[in-house]
Amino acid sequence: MSSQTLTAVLFIAVVVVTIAITFWASRSGQSGTTDYYAGGRNFSGFQNGMAVSGDYMSAASFLGISGLIALNGYDGFLYSIGFLVAWLVALLLVAELLRNSGRYTMADQLAFRMRQRPVRTAAATSTVVVSIFYLLAQMVGAGALVTLLLDVQSDSLKALTIVGVGILMIFYVTVGGMKGTTWVQIVKAVLLMSGTVLITVLVLAKFNFNISDMLHTASTNTGKGEAFLQPGLKYGVSTTSKIDFLSLGLALVLGTAGLPHILIRFYTVPSAKAARKSVLWAIGLIGSFYLMTLVLGFGAAALLDTGADSKVAASGGNLASPLLAEEVGGGAGSNGGAILLALISAVAFATILAVVAGLTLTSASSVAHDLYATVFKRGKASEKDEVKVARVAAFVIGGIAIALAIPAQKLNIAFLVALAFAVAASANLPSLLYNLFWKRFNTRGAVWAIYGGLTTCLVLVFFSPVVSGSETALVTNHDWHWFPLSNPGIISIPAGFILGWLGTITSKEPEAEDRYTELEVRAFTGAGAEGAILH
Amino acid sequence: MSTRSPAPAPEHRGHDQAARHDPIYDELVQTEEFKEVRRRTGVFTIPATAIFLGWYLLYVLMSNWAHGFMSTKVFGHVNVALIFGLLQFVSTFLIAWLYARHMNNHVDDLAHGLDVRYNEEKTR
Repeated sequence: MSSQTLTAVLFIAVVVVTIAITFWASRSGQSGTTDYYAGGRNFSGFQNGMAVSGDYMSAASFLGISGLIALNGYDGFLYSIGFLVAWLVALLLVAELLRNSGRYTMADQLAFRMRQRPVRTAAATSTVVVSIFYLLAQMVGAGALVTLLLDVQSDSLKALTIVGVGILMIFYVTVGGMKGTTWVQIVKAVLLMSGTVLITVLVLAKFNFNISDMLHTASTNTGKGEAFLQPGLKYGVSTTSKIDFLSLGLALVLGTAGLPHILIRFYTVPSAKAARKSVLWAIGLIGSFYLMTLVLGFGAAALLDTGADSKVAASGGNLASPLLAEEVGGGAGSNGGAILLALISAVAFATILAVVAGLTLTSASSVAHDLYATVFKRGKASEKDEVKVARVAAFVIGGIAIALAIPAQKLNIAFLVALAFAVAASANLPSLLYNLFWKRFNTRGAVWAIYGGLTTCLVLVFFSPVVSGSETALVTNHDWHWFPLSNPGIISIPAGFILGWLGTITSKEPEAEDRYTELEVRAFTGAGAEGAILH
Repeated sequence: MSTRSPAPAPEHRGHDQAARHDPIYDELVQTEEFKEVRRRTGVFTIPATAIFLGWYLLYVLMSNWAHGFMSTKVFGHVNVALIFGLLQFVSTFLIAWLYARHMNNHVDDLAHGLDVRYNEEKTR
């Protein structure tokens, strides 16, 4: 069997298995909104922990981080650390309280004590924006993979792949709902962990399990010497780049607890205790995974050509892991190399499909539940209509992500995801934390925090070197950038918090303060929280 | 189902928050048990959050502005920066584990008791 046939077979297997899961899930009771949005709240802590890990270990983690380490050495490691430590914010401050006080979407928790229409509109807007940034990154990963596997640099082929992934994602979400999506995540998490363990062991075996040896080879092979193993290779060149590093660090650690597709995962379990268990499992799985991406990144630097004209560099680092798999399997042209390359690419493909499905479901749910049912229909929509709208929304959001992904092919995936984290930390985290812990917080505060954080973040990105004025910018023939940082977190996150505070103290809303009693008791004890649906 | 209807207080008319306000919550929030749940949760989460955020920020700042120290070799080609990064993993695992243990031992039973009391009052 030729390597391309093998690759095709494995890709088709991934697609068939995920479609089968989706059909199976859709047949076992999928009529009401609790089933569609929250999988009936029947998943165990362990199952949901796997699914959370599946949602979180996206193409950004698997392809992006190892690529950044392979190209920039130690500086790429910050991503792994920030992405992991961020889970403590989610565990200690958000997960359990949110599970007890919401139902289906991130906005539920705010609407609990505020004017529903403005806060739901705001929260739905930021949910969709964060999800689109995140989707974009996954689609870029899909495009890069296909280029590698078919060994052609064809833009129309990339575009075709992105459209294909988009169609599959719409299928998972419209047919499978939360239950189907959760099972797809679980299967994907198992595949990804196994694939990563395999490659990690093979890489380490090349160096007789001597990490110091591997690091040394990486530093000599890249020609960058000891600096490759030290902080500052990418971000240490000037004060501006150092501040960019700090900005990125803040966005990473504060973003996770504001990511809508992670937050709604906590609604799929029956209790706050199960939500806690899912985060603990997720921290264990994700932490071990990131330790392995460190080996993949330095391993790729040690074993592959990562110079300016290499395949790794041309993909923004996104192809480091698959190419590394080929190398440790015996190198290009060997059978072992072909098999491992196909295997790891199929795993990466499964990863992308699953994350894309989770993200689309989240934003579609928010459009249907927050915008359609509450804002337009003022709570008078039937559950059936609501689910129908969610399916249509999945189509539209998928389409937008497809259209945006096509010009973004040169950007590193982890970097793109870090922008989604910055948006989440600026727009969502302030209102989430204020709502849970500050009695005085009210509708104006929430609306200002969300729109203020969101706008600051988007405006700064638009005028940053990411969009124009650098080699990898989206627009190369014009330059309108004036904001020097590539990640806006250091400005936009405080902006979200300050605007939330300002909006609150400039308005009075005794109803919101009054209802805080109910929110607080419910959040801390689970009294009156939404229960599981038993079929 | 509830025998008392959870009608909103009159001054709440015109405010379109989700239409539920149950007087049971006003009773529960006054109880010693609830105050204790809130206190015991905060006793762990507030200092722990300050510690892990401070520790993480220290790592980021030192990567930026303590280049010499971070580049010191500890053994072979492993330097302080790598060890510091790995310690962030260790501290994350440790704090997560301590949190779960604290909540299991000191908070869960109290919180569950209040939940039970809520359900009893609801069905009375």
